[in-house]
Amino acid sequence: MISQPLRNNAGQLKVSVWRGDESGGRHVDYDVPGLESQTVLDVVTWIQRHSDPSLSYRFACRVGMCGSCAMTVNGVPRWTCRSHVRDVARSNLLTIEPLRNLPVIKDLACDMSAFFEKWDDAMGRFHPTATRGDDVEPIRPGSIGRREADAGIECINCAVCYSACDVVAYKQDYLGPAALNRAWTLVNDVRDAARGARLRAVASDAGCHSCHSHQSCTTWCPIELNPTASIAGLKRQSALAILTGKISLDDE
Amino acid sequence: MIKPHQKHSLWLAALVHRVSGIGLALFLPFHFYVLGLALNDTATLDTFLRWTEHPMLKVAEFGLVLFLALHLFGGLRLLALEFLPWNPAQKTFAALAAALSVFIALLFLLKAI
Repeated sequence: MISQPLRNNAGQLKVSVWRGDESGGRHVDYDVPGLESQTVLDVVTWIQRHSDPSLSYRFACRVGMCGSCAMTVNGVPRWTCRSHVRDVARSNLLTIEPLRNLPVIKDLACDMSAFFEKWDDAMGRFHPTATRGDDVEPIRPGSIGRREADAGIECINCAVCYSACDVVAYKQDYLGPAALNRAWTLVNDVRDAARGARLRAVASDAGCHSCHSHQSCTTWCPIELNPTASIAGLKRQSALAILTGKISLDDE
Repeated sequence: MIKPHQKHSLWLAALVHRVSGIGLALFLPFHFYVLGLALNDTATLDTFLRWTEHPMLKVAEFGLVLFLALHLFGGLRLLALEFLPWNPAQKTFAALAAALSVFIALLFLLKAI
């Protein structure tokens, strides 16, 4: 039970939480009892249940499967459910803010609309080549394309990479690491019918060629995916497609 | 001000690449101006070249060579990252680029003094 500490031997936590909405806000300080084993999500939940019921935040699974509890903890985007206080607190101090690069709805809850719209802009939807009536296409797990797709396929769209990306911060139409990583998995999927159109979509001014390879997305991805490698792959494939005349950006 | 999410070696490598590039861009007009003196004003050029024998100028040239090497090897690292199949040793490559740059700049300084 979060409300009944088993052992209060970790001292008192000083927690600064960003409170506000799209019009602005400020940090509010809370004292939270430290526990021997405690995640940042436990801390946020304790504040809402014991200090201020009006605190808004988002979570669902609490076990690192849904990605909805991502927030900025001491300046770094993280899944709060998988971030132990003892690993991230500095001298029992925690600063908890909403994710960067996304509009705030209220307090720690962000509006993810733009993030998912960019997923669509990068043609993140699968375009099948087969119908229900066709046989299942055999895919060799060891093929190069399948290995490339598998390397990025586990993304759950938590937006931690999007929040860590400096290019998104200063170029607001940039598609971002998650959308481009998704596009790369589909570019390598032999069952997909829209490879050329997708390469064209990601080769736009807002696409993969805007990436500066800072690798913050890869550094902070909670499940250690590598969007930078995916974006580098898109850069190579789209450049090759343009040079060989397979796609054209002329009518943009 | 470096933000917490930027505190990792590959972001710092990108910062070094950018700062060294800006430094070289600022230096280049001056460099071409001095080269132009060889055509238009050899007396001024000779005076300038004597001035560059000053030890403090050698230290400044060390900085210049360091910037040049950092930008060169940092750029090669980025080209490899973007045009060659992915290699997971990115931090090692960044460290090698930095070490090689410092080595070359120190070699220049030892020969210059």
